[in-house]
Amino acid sequence: MNFSWIFSYWPLLAAGAVQTVLLLVISVGFGFILAIGLALAQVIGPRWLKLLARGYCTCLRGTPLLIQLWLLYYGVGSLLPMIPGLRASFLWPILREGFFFAAVSFTLNYAAYEAEVLRGALLAVPKGELEAGRSFGMSSSTLLRRIWLPRAIRIALPTIAGEVVLQLKATPLAFTVTVMDLYAVAYKVRQDTLLVYEPLMVVTVFYVCLTLIITRAFKIVEAQVPVRR
Amino acid sequence: MSSSQSLLELLSPYPPGWGGVLLAGALSTVLISLGAYLVGVVIGLAGAIGKLKGNRPVRFVLDLYTTAVRAIPELILIIGLYYAGTDGLNRILAALGLPALEINGFVAAVAVLGIVQGAYMTEVFRGAILAVPVGQIEAAAAFGMRPRLRLRRIVLPALMPNALPGLANLWMCVTKDSALIAVVGYQELALATRIAAGNTKHYFLFFLASAALYLAITLLSNVVFTALENRFRRGQPKTA
Repeated sequence: MNFSWIFSYWPLLAAGAVQTVLLLVISVGFGFILAIGLALAQVIGPRWLKLLARGYCTCLRGTPLLIQLWLLYYGVGSLLPMIPGLRASFLWPILREGFFFAAVSFTLNYAAYEAEVLRGALLAVPKGELEAGRSFGMSSSTLLRRIWLPRAIRIALPTIAGEVVLQLKATPLAFTVTVMDLYAVAYKVRQDTLLVYEPLMVVTVFYVCLTLIITRAFKIVEAQVPVRR
Repeated sequence: MSSSQSLLELLSPYPPGWGGVLLAGALSTVLISLGAYLVGVVIGLAGAIGKLKGNRPVRFVLDLYTTAVRAIPELILIIGLYYAGTDGLNRILAALGLPALEINGFVAAVAVLGIVQGAYMTEVFRGAILAVPVGQIEAAAAFGMRPRLRLRRIVLPALMPNALPGLANLWMCVTKDSALIAVVGYQELALATRIAAGNTKHYFLFFLASAALYLAITLLSNVVFTALENRFRRGQPKTA
């Protein structure tokens, strides 16, 4: 076991860790917002919107994330330069990066899984609480904002914690589209130093630590809500 | 961009088209998944029984196994096990004075995915066994059934309805996780697609086609698992 390479590679490792965390935060943050819309569309939307949202969830949950990522990066990525004027615009430096495609595909994928969780949670909110809100004269948007959504999110919290950990474990896929995330750094170290296991071990420790932090954070959030047992 | 006619030709199953490569890839995806799933079921059942009935060291090792596998990203696990597994096996063989073995990519893929599946299955089966009413097992013991007969006749049939939703989930997971095998270079659907796309430069078309194939596998398995669950739940009262 040889860990002396850490001293020369730690700036890269730190940068990789930042990329991994950034990917996680972006995909969970935007994915969650998208998921709320998708879940609401499935629960209270008109029929066509319901079908659309359900179809979206089925398609994204039914295909591997790797294929979705490659479809975006290689497929859509090869079509983008054909849009006139795009390559000259200020957006191009972002749009040509693998990071952009990884963030987009992770967000879309996370939203599909999260929407299913939220859909179940929205349906699990006791009817009486919604009726109580309505009888106080709340408009449906106030009801949604003050009662339905907060209650649903609380119900879903344990599952959301699990989903976030799963999302963290999906982020190494970004290395297949040239993102220098933590795993890609480990890969580079392996190629530079010809050490097979040590870089993987260091990276693994980081992922496990991050998992522990996420679960701990969600426990704290869950403890904020008093539960009658 | 060429016309839709030539796009269809690209997907045709005969050699100028790449459809045959994709279908062969899909077949090997299904085979890898099936193999890994079976390995997972065996590990899972043994692990669940070990976790429930085993002594302290056994339970500790199993806890370590399930926690580690579930906390480490699949990609790292697969790459680590793929190299560590083949390398470790050859070292053991060398220590025993046997010649080194060239491990077949298919076997390695099945073993690696099976080990990952086994950890999740252990938890699914453990939960399902715990959900079997104790009275039924006690009744079987009172009839004088040996533990093995009890497992075969009472526990296994009674736990299947509880375990099936979790097992169906895991099957969906393994079909999609098998795409990760592409990264270590064994040709299944994901890698076949990448090769076809790289050769023809029609990235969008081929990735869309393989997404459709994966979706078809998922939807078909949904039908199978619904039928299986109905079969295993026969005679049970319907809830809700």
